[in-house]
Amino acid sequence: MTSVSLTHYLIVSAIMLVIGVFGIFLNRKNVIIMLMAIELILLAVNLNLVAFSAALNDLAGQVMAMFVLTVAAAEAAIGLAIVLVYFRNRGSIQVEDVNLMKG
Amino acid sequence: MIVNFFFYLFAAVMLVSATLVIVSRNPVHSVLFLILTFFNAAALFLIAGAEFLAMILVVVYVGAVAVLFLFVVMMLDIDFEELRGGFQRYAGVGAAVGVALLVEFALTFGGWTLAPNVDALRMSPTPANVSNTQALGQVLYTDYIFLFQMAGLVLLVAMIGAIVLTLRDRKSSRHQNIRMQNSRTVAETLEVVTISLGAGTTESGGFLRRHATPEPEPEPVDDHGHH
Repeated sequence: MTSVSLTHYLIVSAIMLVIGVFGIFLNRKNVIIMLMAIELILLAVNLNLVAFSAALNDLAGQVMAMFVLTVAAAEAAIGLAIVLVYFRNRGSIQVEDVNLMKG
Repeated sequence: MIVNFFFYLFAAVMLVSATLVIVSRNPVHSVLFLILTFFNAAALFLIAGAEFLAMILVVVYVGAVAVLFLFVVMMLDIDFEELRGGFQRYAGVGAAVGVALLVEFALTFGGWTLAPNVDALRMSPTPANVSNTQALGQVLYTDYIFLFQMAGLVLLVAMIGAIVLTLRDRKSSRHQNIRMQNSRTVAETLEVVTISLGAGTTESGGFLRRHATPEPEPEPVDDHGHH
């Protein structure tokens, strides 16, 4: 790391994570925005991993960040596919209706 | 310091656009702000020296994930105004949880120090004198090769899962039915007819089949494939 300290990165990623969690609560009806909020949370995690990796000169953090990226991409694809199927079946993406699917 | 200035700039833009992702009224705007967030996060990665991850973030997230979100948002015909309700109802709970999380972070951070022998505890120290991409490759394809393979497997499962979930058969689309094709016999397709001399001429009605079955009308096909 050049001159930006680890603390700066940690504070930024902590705020980012809180924004993501807040977004999940705020958009309780819109699944797509909830998925985006999850992406924000995972981005905050990646920021943390990269910051520690750079500060400690340990490459494992960046490798893990790459795996987090992979899982996030897979999660977005599956999540959006589920949203699509749900919309086809019910004609809306209201999360509150989801418990109607209980068998 | 110029680096610090750029760090603050990118961090501020990233946090503001992340906030706009979750509060903007139009989901398309949300996706666009998500893209801006990813770009600024990539810039922060660059400042931290993780060049390869920064580029991967731009290519994978902006190029694939965000565009996927955009596709879905534009493809679904949703009245998004209807989904806005309950904004105030959940804001209190969300704010409470957010503040609690922040306080926890602050408490954790207040009593946190690096271990004294932190250099000895590193899992894979950064190889010296090579670029970030080369170093990442050296570590990823040796020490983490099994994790790397597992990541590929996760992506494969995700791909198959997404296809299985969204693929649907349309009644109107005509598919090749391999089982029916293979189970056809010669007897039901070919017919050897012995015709007496002169019976098959045009004057006597042409070639007459004994089992003259009319050709079935093809079903009307409105559209092929999937939309």
